[in-house]
Amino acid sequence: MSANSAAVADEAAKQAFLDEASYVKLRSTMRTQRIQDFVFHKVTMLFAASVLVVLVGIIVSLAISAAPAFREFGPSFLSSAEWDPVNDKFGALIAITGTLTTSIIALLFAVPISFGIALFLTEICPAWLRRPMGTAVELLAGVPSIIYGIWGLFVFAPLFGDVVQPLLKKTLGLLPVVGPLFQGPTMGLGILCAGIILAVMVIPFIASVMRDVFETVPTVLKESAYGLGCTKWEVVRKIVLPYTRTGVVGGVMLGLGRALGETMAVTFVIGNANEISASLFMPGNSISSTLANEFAEASSALHVSSLFALGLILFAITFVVLSAAKLMLLGMSRKEGAK
Amino acid sequence: MNTAVNSAGKAAVNPVYRRRLLGHRIGITLSVLAMAIGLGFLAWILFTLLVNGFGALSGKLFVLDTPAPGSEGGLRNAIVGSLLMVGLSTAISTPVGILAGIYLAEYGQNSKFGAVTRFVTDIMLSAPSIVIGLFVYALCVVRFHHYSGYAGSVALALIAIPVVVRTTDNMLHLVPNSLLEAAFALGAPRWKVALLVRLRAVKAGVVTGLLLAVARISGETAPLLFTALNNQFFSMDMTQPMANLPVVIYRFALSPYADWQAIAWGAALLVTFSVLALNILSRTVFRQKAPQ
Repeated sequence: MSANSAAVADEAAKQAFLDEASYVKLRSTMRTQRIQDFVFHKVTMLFAASVLVVLVGIIVSLAISAAPAFREFGPSFLSSAEWDPVNDKFGALIAITGTLTTSIIALLFAVPISFGIALFLTEICPAWLRRPMGTAVELLAGVPSIIYGIWGLFVFAPLFGDVVQPLLKKTLGLLPVVGPLFQGPTMGLGILCAGIILAVMVIPFIASVMRDVFETVPTVLKESAYGLGCTKWEVVRKIVLPYTRTGVVGGVMLGLGRALGETMAVTFVIGNANEISASLFMPGNSISSTLANEFAEASSALHVSSLFALGLILFAITFVVLSAAKLMLLGMSRKEGAK
Repeated sequence: MNTAVNSAGKAAVNPVYRRRLLGHRIGITLSVLAMAIGLGFLAWILFTLLVNGFGALSGKLFVLDTPAPGSEGGLRNAIVGSLLMVGLSTAISTPVGILAGIYLAEYGQNSKFGAVTRFVTDIMLSAPSIVIGLFVYALCVVRFHHYSGYAGSVALALIAIPVVVRTTDNMLHLVPNSLLEAAFALGAPRWKVALLVRLRAVKAGVVTGLLLAVARISGETAPLLFTALNNQFFSMDMTQPMANLPVVIYRFALSPYADWQAIAWGAALLVTFSVLALNILSRTVFRQKAPQ
């Protein structure tokens, strides 16, 4: 009997010891896992932070390199139309004007066409065609910038100068106010040509944002309108567009941001002349095309610094435009999430 | 019955109804026209490339280096240079982009830091690539006093990283919570759940992001102009200026020599069709379905 109870006690002690051991083991496993999770959290955070570091790095390094130009020319760097590498006199007005003009022309063409494409893809296209058509539009976005450039220079610009420009000159060029915009030599290359090629390049970006926001419109809303006897066009004008207004403007701003910074295509077709003229047919220069043309060959320190200053201005403009686009699209998706 | 037919008949001649129908028809026609314009430009560009580039395609293109004007040549040095630089930048941007994407999906949901990072990533996605080139010039080229293949790779990696981060983040959100909760219930630590369950569930989607990033940087020219520059000769030394297809297209297309322009068209055809093939591949073969 006593031997028996001793055995039971022995067994209990052994069990307690085992429990204790596995408890200790469990605790140590959990501690290791906590440490691993902590390290994992911090390591991934480090990589995420690298994106921010790059942004800050871009701003700081451009600002440092641009400082000599801003010191030399002061605020008049922004308003001076002089760009003279021979005499070391630099001003950004020509390049800024070129960038803004070409981008605005691009939007004038791209916005209605992108709207049409988005409308086609969401409302008109039969379901089986939707994917291939959508992919084709996305491929247009995939074509590299330099390909638009080489196509624009050798194919589009000659045709544009031979056919379209003379036509514009004979029609729009005779109008009282806008007439001077469409005068001058019809040589194809120039501000207008660059703007149109930019339009083709940003169409897929604007169209895909518009398509995405159009798809967020609740079916119930559209069906109620159809139920009241609206035509498809009326549904789009009076239901889809008002509902997605913020997102549509966000998409347009995104396209603008793309157009402002586009380099290679513009460099090929803008004509690369450092002048501002009243006519859109004349050659000009944009910030990015000036950088692409002159940076590798710039010899004087002030020239290099002025080019950095141009880069900083371009980055600042696109940053503001893209931030606005992003905030609008965020507002759109928040409205979506609130429902 | 009769009255219904009558009212429909009346509606058809009603001027208000006719005007609405007309507006509808014009709107729809313009929309179809817009689609046709978009497709037309794509077809026009591809057709131009085929017509001009096909003649330049030959075996010589792959075995000879870029020539002096007037002599025979190919693109061997540029093809090898492009492959090396795109390869190296992919090797850099893949781990960085995927880990940053995991952070955003795992920890960046409700934190301010996560929101800011996501915002900045979206802006870097569309930032002008030539400015990235300027930055890398100031960072690498000025410091080491010469253009190099490494500088070019860094510039391309900086462009690729936001693409990878964004797609990884988006894809990880497709994984249903129940799957993660099941893994947690089995006692798996968070890092294992993130890497071995969540990431693995959307492998195909993440690969799509990588392919899109490669497609994006394969055609980038602007950031290479003042980082990798160009090299007329064959070189595998990444500490030296390096030939690459986009810059060769730029230089040769703008040159006055017909034989250089022909080579530029050949290079353009090569670049475009590889980029578009990558795009299509990523959209078909690696199409991510929402995990069950």
